[in-house]
Amino acid sequence: MIDAAVEQKESRVVLSARGLVKEFAGFTAVNDVNLDIHHGRIHALIGPNGAGKTTVFNLLTKFLQPTRGRIELLGSDITRTPPAKVARMGLVRSFQISAVFPNLTVRENVKIALQRPSGLARQFWLPLSSLDRLDARADALIDELGLAGWRDHRAADLSYGRKRVLEIATTLALEPKVLLLDEPMAGMGQEDVAMVADIIRNVATERAVLMVEHNLSVVANICHQVTVLQRGEILAEGDYATVSADPRVRTAYMGNDA
Amino acid sequence: MTGKSEPVQSGLASAHPRAKRIRIAIIMVSLAGLLLAPHLFYPIFLMKLLCFALFASAFNLLLGYTGLLSFGHACFFGGAAYFTAHAVKIWGWSPEAGILLGVAGAALLGLIMGAIAIRRQGIYFAMITLALAQLFYFFCLQASFTHGEDGIQSVPRGKLFGLINLHDASNMYYFVLAVFVIGLLIIWRFVNSPFGMILKSIRENEQRAISLGYSVNRYKLGAFVMSAALAGLAGGMKALVFQFATLTDVTWQMSGEVILMTLLGGIGTLAGPIIGAGMVVTLQNYLATSEFPVTIVTGLVFMACVLLFRRGLIGEFFASKLGRSLGFRPDS
Repeated sequence: MIDAAVEQKESRVVLSARGLVKEFAGFTAVNDVNLDIHHGRIHALIGPNGAGKTTVFNLLTKFLQPTRGRIELLGSDITRTPPAKVARMGLVRSFQISAVFPNLTVRENVKIALQRPSGLARQFWLPLSSLDRLDARADALIDELGLAGWRDHRAADLSYGRKRVLEIATTLALEPKVLLLDEPMAGMGQEDVAMVADIIRNVATERAVLMVEHNLSVVANICHQVTVLQRGEILAEGDYATVSADPRVRTAYMGNDA
Repeated sequence: MTGKSEPVQSGLASAHPRAKRIRIAIIMVSLAGLLLAPHLFYPIFLMKLLCFALFASAFNLLLGYTGLLSFGHACFFGGAAYFTAHAVKIWGWSPEAGILLGVAGAALLGLIMGAIAIRRQGIYFAMITLALAQLFYFFCLQASFTHGEDGIQSVPRGKLFGLINLHDASNMYYFVLAVFVIGLLIIWRFVNSPFGMILKSIRENEQRAISLGYSVNRYKLGAFVMSAALAGLAGGMKALVFQFATLTDVTWQMSGEVILMTLLGGIGTLAGPIIGAGMVVTLQNYLATSEFPVTIVTGLVFMACVLLFRRGLIGEFFASKLGRSLGFRPDS
């Protein structure tokens, strides 16, 4: 019975899209996409280049406005909500190119994210030392993600993999309900991939994660659900074994990977 | 300039052990110099210099610390000069109330202009601010209270708080100096505050700031209004110093001049715009009596500066080995 309750809680849909369409001047980049993102699960969005994965991402986070369709976050309609507000509601994204504040230190990067939820963002009359009380929480996050040794380094001086980890730490500072990661492993060495995969697996226990990813072994290892996009439409959906066995998916990838 | 909470960075030239003391000493010497200056130089010239230094510093708050290039700041500077002059001369307000009205008027103009312009970026932002400032220029040309080409003449300086007679040159100078220092302290606090951190993050990576839930346009608008208000503070003071308010202060040339001052000195540093304004005002003063056309000379100086030291004079100094060993840091 407890298991059933847990099961039910875990299969709760937190983000859903219905009939999502995005047209750019006559070109349909995303066509009739339906998605359900569940609490406690890692959902992968894969597909060949130009399949529309990043566009779907931008639509869900409202960085782009859908031409048609409806998006719901935690039961409320966010189809017309501006991106900063969506972020405040708990849907936080990362970017394909690493999104850090390069000339701020690691700690300052995390503190920027903490400032808004702590109500310390608009005070132009307070000294910088008023932000000291965010140090403890920032440092806890930094330690948790293994960046303790880099705390006072400028973000620009970190390795590529660590920049992505810092980005995740910054994102987690917001305690998001839904985390959207755009190619978190892109351009990373093998060592970093394993580290980031572990981090993602850990953070997904308390929230929903949707990630665009090209590294299929990562997808196979950590993702519960996979959606394959091709030319803006959903080609297949299911767990990795089901999807990878689908002949249409194989054809779509063969054409691309060969 | 560098905040005390800035961590020591790896890879930079190591700071001199007494860097902080030396920085404080530089500030103290500059302040002492400003206090003694009226005994050595013509006070009106010094006050003009301080007004423009504050104007350029206010402008730099927007360009250097927010990353927005406004081409319409004359609107706030000249507008406030009109408001203050009108309030003091026609309504008989005290000088401090007149200046506060100038500041409030400039802030209101800033709120309107900012709310419209902030939706666009880069060159479009600059063009919209220019267009709106030109609108304001034509308003000032036509409106009756500004007296068109004549301007508002013989504005009385009055008595500060009803006590201190500002017609005394030295009293007026110390009043201007006090307002200047207060203006700089406001800018310093604004930049080194929780709000300032968010501004910095927006300048570094705007998309990321949005994705962290910050409505970046509100922060930009806040900085815009603050910059306009401080430009108004400078403009209101100038009206009292020269005892007139004219169309010259609302022209687009004035908006251009403040950009020049800020870039010459170095954007994103507190001292840069002050030094830049000092250079431009001094040049103008010397050249005013000579045969040389002022604008051509300042134009040539500007070109040389852009070609030789991109960061501006103070920016280059901060980035130099000496500057860094004293703990100065050019802001990105």
